[in-house]
Order: sequence, then structure tokens, then C-alpha cells
Amino acid sequence: MSRTWAYLSNYLVYSSMAVYTLSFFAHAIETAWAVRVTTEESKKNIDYKRTEKVARIATAMMILGFVLLFAGVVARGVSAGRVPWGNMYEFSITGAMAFSGAYLAALRKYDLRWLGLLVSIAVLLTLGTAVAVLYRPSAPLVPALKSTWLVIHVSAAIISGGVFLLANAIAAAYLYLDAMESRGERTAWAKRLPSLEDLDQLSYRLVAFVFPLWTFAVIAGAIWAESAWGRYWGWDPKETWAFITWVAYAAYLHARVTVGWRGRKAAWLCLFAGSTFLFNYVYVNIWGTGKHTYSGL
Amino acid sequence: MSQEIEVPELGSVGLLRYGWRQLTSMRTALILLLLLGIAAIPGSLVPQRTQNPIKVGEYFKNSPELSKWMDRFSLFDVYGSPWFSAIYILLFISLIGCVLPRTIEHFHAARALPPATPKNLDRMEHHSSWSAQGDELDKARAWFKSKRFRVLERDGVISAEKGFTRETGNLFFHLALILILLGISFSSLFGMRGMAIVNVGERFVNTTTSYDSLNYGKLFSESNLSDFALTVDKFTAKYNVLTSAPEDYTLEVSFAKDDLTKTEKRTIKVNSPLKLGNTNIYLQANGYSTVVTVRDSKGNVAMQGPVPFLPQDGNLRSIGAIKVPDADPQIGFVGSFVPTYSRSGADGAVSVFPEALDPRLLLAAWEGDLGLDNGVPQSVYRIDTSKMNQVGLKSLKPGETFIYPQGSITFEGYLQWVNLEIVNDPGKNYALLGGIVAILGLLASLFTRRRRIWIRVGKSVEVAGLAKNAAPGLESEMAEFVAMLKGEK
Repeated sequence: MSRTWAYLSNYLVYSSMAVYTLSFFAHAIETAWAVRVTTEESKKNIDYKRTEKVARIATAMMILGFVLLFAGVVARGVSAGRVPWGNMYEFSITGAMAFSGAYLAALRKYDLRWLGLLVSIAVLLTLGTAVAVLYRPSAPLVPALKSTWLVIHVSAAIISGGVFLLANAIAAAYLYLDAMESRGERTAWAKRLPSLEDLDQLSYRLVAFVFPLWTFAVIAGAIWAESAWGRYWGWDPKETWAFITWVAYAAYLHARVTVGWRGRKAAWLCLFAGSTFLFNYVYVNIWGTGKHTYSGL
Repeated sequence: MSQEIEVPELGSVGLLRYGWRQLTSMRTALILLLLLGIAAIPGSLVPQRTQNPIKVGEYFKNSPELSKWMDRFSLFDVYGSPWFSAIYILLFISLIGCVLPRTIEHFHAARALPPATPKNLDRMEHHSSWSAQGDELDKARAWFKSKRFRVLERDGVISAEKGFTRETGNLFFHLALILILLGISFSSLFGMRGMAIVNVGERFVNTTTSYDSLNYGKLFSESNLSDFALTVDKFTAKYNVLTSAPEDYTLEVSFAKDDLTKTEKRTIKVNSPLKLGNTNIYLQANGYSTVVTVRDSKGNVAMQGPVPFLPQDGNLRSIGAIKVPDADPQIGFVGSFVPTYSRSGADGAVSVFPEALDPRLLLAAWEGDLGLDNGVPQSVYRIDTSKMNQVGLKSLKPGETFIYPQGSITFEGYLQWVNLEIVNDPGKNYALLGGIVAILGLLASLFTRRRRIWIRVGKSVEVAGLAKNAAPGLESEMAEFVAMLKGEK
């Protein structure tokens, strides 16, 4: 029974990778073709009508990939009889799902299709690493993880992570386009990307939206640690880096709201804060010691 | 001839005031905040005494010179170091200096009336006007009331304001951070934390002498130890048969509190400690104790009882030391206990499962000076054999006896032990309250907007709006307001 579910989960994850790959190619074609098709009046403007169809396919594939991955994550949970957040393989597939989910959710409100190429690459890399390097057979949880707080703490942390990374991608795009504009006009393919001001606002809004959730994730972790480890805060490496991430984003919000930082400086600070989150996930999980490392990642 | 520039004398009061302004400025707070984040980094890369004293010891062993210098900069105690404390204390002083005046100001502002309507509304954003029907003021008044705006009305003009929650939430968030810090300080002054290894069947009475290790705050007195005693009745550990991974630990105890007369059965699990007021009793670790009887050459019992062994791996291969200081000469056994015995070519005796399915006790007997009398503290799990001679090696099953020239040792059996951690943390509820208020304050301050709306009704209706910090969303709100006034909705 549980093995069947575990196999099903693997097949679903593989299928989602195939579909994300299609989405990646569709996004690539959209970007590449749109560059070639220049109209008569200005060679610098790009006509996206011809690639509209392939762009729609790309988004549809992204949605399908998300649905398959979601099913894969759920099946993984069913196979183990618990929420699927017990080891790094499971965190990675859920994280990839959260990242593409954050992109799709933001897509409903903002025209973010230009980010699709980057999102599909990031999701594919994460899933590839998860399947090839981090895979572990489905197993029950060790006693310390058996708690309702697992669901609350980890889901809040994963959603926050997905949105932080999206804000990071946008801040990076800001810096890239900013450098491009300071050399002159934007090159043709970059013309459809939002204005620098919009990018600046968007990454700020994403951070402001998710910062309370991250605060909640840290506090929920503290409440859980109090009942599992006998203290709510012990400067465990994972806790320390969660704190550093919190402080970095708090500084970012203060810099924007109170001191009035905008643009380049704010984007760098946003990138710095996001990188502390990534460092926490990668470094502390793999090379770190402490109470957050459970057997076999 | 020289031209002297006249510098106004600052004086000591002026200097203090200047320093205070600098400290409480937003720029300083921002720098301190970033510094706090950066200062927290080394503690996650260098082992810390509070979490991993053994690794710190290894550092000192491997590179003593470097470690001495690192220790001078408190790199092994980052979070209790003077420089880390300096940063967060300055940050909190800066925070208080910033938040308190703002609280007072906000308190006055919240009670003041909205400012009067500007003369020229057409210079404001979101301005529109149309010819009046007559009932617009009534409609506007009702609309403002239903949306909970604060309103100032003066012949034909309404000035309305909303969004004070933003600053209220912001202030509550920062005050809550102070509350969290107070909770943490309160715990470190009045709290205690101790560890005790208790064998199954044994009784633990909560007095200072019962602990293997005990730390308490500067203002904690021993009389503050809560009165309780518990007997460890049963400990059950369930493991995955294939992977040896633990699946469940359950500890059953007979618990007695206050005057210790009434006993009740209680269960302790990893995620559910036993709670008694501010004191929690946690199940932190478990292992095996070997029960042995040591006799001298005449057959007199020199030592008897359970000796806790320290687990070394997931299958609970455990090491320990049985010390018999009363024998003459002194006898010591360096032991290894394996709950489910197997042999491997490379490692010798290993355990292949954490439950005691085929237990063995492997012993090396030593004779000589245990080194217990020179006052240097020793690990209870290790023996310093530098002044001893090995007199025999043996592998024992339960019930078997090993006879060596100076006497004998009988492996009677084994017991399970549990490591109880007992924590009294009187400040944690303040910290929790602070955490909850912080999140609520954050939500209020990030998701509300402060804005003003004006309406003037004469021959024509004029409306305008202004959002603080150019916050978005006012445009749609104004559109709704105008549609309502025109009766389109």
C-alpha cells in the first residue's frame, strides 16, 4: 500500500519534470522568436503577437506541472502517512512547488510571463537535484518531528521561502535592467519587461506581504522547539540563520519605508536578505550541525 | 591676525543630547539592525560552548594558539559575548528612544480631530466635481460612518481620515519586541535548567543533588525548585525494523507533587513534556545501563548496581566505565554494551538493532590507579588507564561471570535509562505574548493605509483624497465613493 503510493509519487514528480521541461522550451521559444520578428517601422520593437500562442502553452504547461507536482507531494505524504516534510528531498520538491505556485499566483495579478523562463529553470534544477542527489525512500518520522507544529511551522516557512525567492528574482532582474539602461536603451527582448519602478515596487510588495508570515514561521518554530527540545530559542544554526534572514528583511523594510531607499540600494539589500534564506536551506541542511539535521538529510 | 571660527560650546548636556539624537536616529537603528544580523553569523559557523562543548574542546586540542585568540573575542560564546550584547542593548535603547516619543505623539494625534479641508480641493489628487443633487452630504456622512472614518464636519464640508491602525500596529510591533526581550531576560535571571539520568525503576526527587548538571539564573534560589518527585515506571522505544530509525518513545512515570503524598500516573513523550506550572519535564535521550556485581578474590561484593552507558550510534552501541575505587588495588572496566550483538570484520563487536534482542557486555579489565583521588574531574564514561595494567578481556552474556586473578565481575543484566531535562522558564509566556502581539502589529501596520477624503457640497459637489506615503488603493476607494454619491451603486 504505502510502497504503491511512494512509486506513484515518484512517477508524478518525474512527469511534472517532463511538463516543466516543455514549459521551459515554450518560454525559450517565446523569448527567442520574439526577438527575431522585428517590424518595419522600428527594428528595436518586438511583436509578441506571433509568440502569443506559444506563451500561452508555456503558462498552461507550468500550471499542469504544478498540478502534477502537487499530486506527487500529496502522494509522498500518503505513502508515509504524514505531511511530506521529513527530509531534504521532500523539502525540495515542496519548495519547487511553492516557488512555481508563487509565480502562478502572482501571474494572476501582474504580467510576469517574462519571468517564466527563469522560474522553469529554477524549478527544474531544484527537482533534478532532489531526484538525483537528495532522494530518500519514504519513511515514518522520528519522534521529535511528530507534532502538529510540523505542518504549521514548515508550511509557513516553505511559502515564505517561495515568495522570498520570487522577490529575489525580481530584484535581480531590476539590477540587470538597471545596468542595461545605464548603458543606453534596453535591448529588444528586454523591452516588454516592466519599468524599473514597477519592478522595484513589486519586489517590495512581495516582501512586505510575506514578512509577517516569516515572522510567524519563526515564532511557530520557537513554540514547537519549546515542547520538543525544552527551549524556545537556542541559537541552533538553523535558528540563527532564520533570525539573520528576519533581521535582514526587517532592515530592508525599514530602509524602504523609513529611510526611503529605492532602486539599486534596495535591490541589493533584498538580494542579500534572500541569499541568507538560501544559505540557511542549503548550507545548514547539508553541512551544518545542530538540532535541525535529522538522519540522512 | 588669525581668524578663529567661533564654534558654539556643546557642553556636557549638549553632548549627551547630541549622542542621544544620533543613537535614536533611524540611520543608526538601521546600521545596528544590520550589525546584529552580521554579528550572529560567526556563532553558526564556530561551535558554541552552550550547544557543543565537545567540539569546542576539539578546537582547543587541534589548534590551541588560534583557539586562545578566538576565545579572547568570545567566538565560542558569541550570543553571550560583550560585543553581541552591546549591539542588541544599543539597538533596544535606540528602539525605545524612537518608539516612546512616537507613542506619545500618536496618542495625541489619535485624539485630535482631522485637519480642516484645504481651500483648493482641485489641487489634490483624486479630485472630481459635478453638480449637486442635494443629499450628498448625508450620503457621505453615512458612508464615512459605515467605513469607520474619523470625521470633522463644518458647514457643507466634511474632512474624513482613516488608517491610524497603521501607526498603532507599528508601535505595538516594536513594543512587543521589547516585551520579548524582557521575557528572555526574566528567564535568564529567574529560570533554571537541569539534566538527570534516571534508570527505569528509580525515583527522582527534585532537589539540587539529584541533578547530573544544573544551571540557574543569578536570582534563582534553590528554594524556588518546584516540589515534585517521580518514579520511572516504564520506558518503551519503538524502532523501524528495517532502518532502526526510532518511531516512538513513551515514558510512563508515577508523579507526586507538593507534599509528595498523592501519586498519579503520567506519560511523557518527546513532543509533550510533563508540565507543572512554569516547570516542564522533558524526555531528552535514552540508553542502557548495565547491572553488574564486582567481587574481590575472597568473594566479597566490592561494587554492585546499574552503570549508565553512553550511546554511540543509532543502534545504541554504548560505551561506559565501571570503576571500583574501593578495591585494593583499584579495579576499572572499560566496557562496551551492544543490545543486539553481531561481529563485523572491521569494527569487531557491533550492534545491529537498538532493542536488546541479544545483549552483550564486552569488557577490558584494568588494575592500578584510577586517578580519582587527585581532584581532577573525570568523565563517568571513561577511564584514564595511563597508570593501570590490563588484566583481561571478556565478552559476557547476561548471567555470565568473568573471573580474573584479582576477583570477578558478573553481568546480571541491563536496564534502560532516560535523560530527563527539567526546565523552569518563568519568562516564556511574556515572550510568547510578545510574539503574538508582534505579528498582529505587523499585519496591522503592513496592510492598512492612512488616507484622507474631503467632500465639499455647494452648488456643485467636490471630492478629493490624499494617501500618506502614496500608498496604493485610494483610487478604487475614491471611485467607489463617487459612484455611491452619484447613486450609481
